[in-house]
Amino acid sequence: MSDGSFDIIEVVIIGGGAAGLSAGRITAAAGLTTAVIERDSCAGGILNQCIHNGFGLRYFREELTGPEYAEKAAERATEAGCRIFTDTTVLELSVSEPGNGKYKLKKILCCSPEYGVMEFFAKSVILAMGSRERSRGNLAISGHRPAGVFTAGAVQRLMNINGYVPGKEAVIIGSGDVGLIMARRLSWAGVKVKGVVEIMPYPAGLPRNIAQCLEDFDIPLHLSCRTMRINGRHRVESVDIAPLENGRPVLNRAFSLSCDTVLMSVGLIPENELSKKAGVALNPVTGGPVVDSRLMTGIDGIFACGNVLHIHDLADYVSAEAETAGKHVIEYLGGKVKRGEIKTLPGAAVRYVIPGGADPASDNTFYMRSAGVMERARINIHQDGRLIYSRPLKYVKPAEMLKIELPQAVLKESHGSGVLEFSLLAG
Amino acid sequence: MINEQRICIGCPAGCRLRISGEKNNLEISGNRCAKGAEYACNEINDPRRTVTAAALPDQPDRPCCPVKSDRPVPVAIIGRLLAGIYSTPVKLPVKRGEYLIRNFAGTDINVIFTRTVN
Ligand SMILES: Cc1cc2nc3c(=O)[nH]c(=O)nc-3n(C[C@H](O)[C@H](O)[C@H](O)COP(=O)(O)OP(=O)(O)OC[C@H]3O[C@@H](n4cnc5c(N)ncnc54)[C@H](O)[C@@H]3O)c2cc1C
Ligand code: SF4
Repeated sequence: MSDGSFDIIEVVIIGGGAAGLSAGRITAAAGLTTAVIERDSCAGGILNQCIHNGFGLRYFREELTGPEYAEKAAERATEAGCRIFTDTTVLELSVSEPGNGKYKLKKILCCSPEYGVMEFFAKSVILAMGSRERSRGNLAISGHRPAGVFTAGAVQRLMNINGYVPGKEAVIIGSGDVGLIMARRLSWAGVKVKGVVEIMPYPAGLPRNIAQCLEDFDIPLHLSCRTMRINGRHRVESVDIAPLENGRPVLNRAFSLSCDTVLMSVGLIPENELSKKAGVALNPVTGGPVVDSRLMTGIDGIFACGNVLHIHDLADYVSAEAETAGKHVIEYLGGKVKRGEIKTLPGAAVRYVIPGGADPASDNTFYMRSAGVMERARINIHQDGRLIYSRPLKYVKPAEMLKIELPQAVLKESHGSGVLEFSLLAG
Repeated sequence: MINEQRICIGCPAGCRLRISGEKNNLEISGNRCAKGAEYACNEINDPRRTVTAAALPDQPDRPCCPVKSDRPVPVAIIGRLLAGIYSTPVKLPVKRGEYLIRNFAGTDINVIFTRTVN
């Protein structure tokens, strides 16, 4: 492999974050040759910069910080026999012709400072490239381009890995969890956080983070407010904010907050440049690949899990999904063929359902997001117009991913083969 | 007389708790379940948080060494603990689980590294 020989690897995993490491542990433990390819100098992905705690309660059954979670996941993958190539960037993924018997080989073109350009050939590939942050370009905020405007994740990395403090007074745009976590991080580093501005009438982040990252420091949360302008020519000087009424900014109630730093916490986008170039079809709602019940993309033998598939709010869910992907890869390479697949579809008040298919011959796990906030909701699954599953939910909101476990018996009893429609009902 | 508000962190509903009365006889409203009342009591009588931070190592080209308190810290002493963390020199290499600070100011609170940095 790294010595320049052309071994065919059974599983190549692109990306060594929570998803890649958790999937790699499963396939390596099953005896499959597994390589995780990671462009950073150490495995763990985004977890390495998330130094706060609250991770791992489900996956490791103890409360961990991000770096601890990352290190443990990497240790477990390595112990299982998974090889991790760090400092190695995948430049291109393609399906190479001719195939090798049953499997069309996948070619993974990479480069690293140590080995230069190299190619891996694999029977199967798991996409685990994670996500990137939305940035100012994705919002329409006017003003010059002064220094001091960052994405929240970039500041997280600057502070927690590189050891820099970005400024003295900050305003955070968007109330996503990363931004909230950074409000506390900045406060504990002596930076005054002047406020968090959220365009929606409710916060995007968890109540836990509103309580412990904003209220603990008396940081105001401006809901239903739009950031109109970032002022300052060379360095940020202030931010103009206007409250919204019926979706329109009320300019005579606008105010400004002086600051030298702006953090944007306005959401994540799955990182799918490689997938697109390889010809993997993407879902316009999630930004991730369209996958069937096996988490396999439209290209035979290419699977996806973690944030590259859809944005998760918990690393533990990423690991769980990645293990499922790993199990499907094992079955796929073991020659199991798919029999019957029932399509899934988002219905009323549901933004998306992953995966896009259900396997009638096994238990199925679905991840979904609601389209709005609902108290005492009910999740219903209909097939051929008949209700086959229903469960009450105390509280749903778009920022919180819902996980639905559908026992095999339900599909067996329904005898149907029609589409499964997922909908949310208030009350 | 106490008159405070808190957001319950017990579950995603995030109830707005209104807390009034006296320390030993609190009146709590706004909670949808019993967990909220328990949380409110703790918040008034003995609020604690786990503290995490990044310590700068002695070699400037190496990544920061993230640390955490090994148990929740009374809110009133978090500032002192952070000052302690920021002023304690870090000599590489460090291993996950090793101590940066032991028994901080006689409180039994330890600060441990959460990442191995060579
Ligand atoms: C800024 C931020 C903060 C977060 N905070 C929390 C939190 O507090 N709590 C929580 O539970 N979850 C949090 N999350 C959610 C996050 O979704 C999960 O924690 C999880 O770690 C994501 O894992 P992943 O493996 O899918 O992605 P990542 O961790 O992003 O891993 C993807 C990896 O792929 C690598 N990669 C990408 N492209 C290539 C390529 N071409 N070649 C080689 N390698 C490549 C990247 O370098 C990266 O290491 C946060 C996410 C972000 C982005
Ligand atoms: S009071 Fe109960 S329902 Fe309300 S947030 Fe707390 S745990 Fe959830």
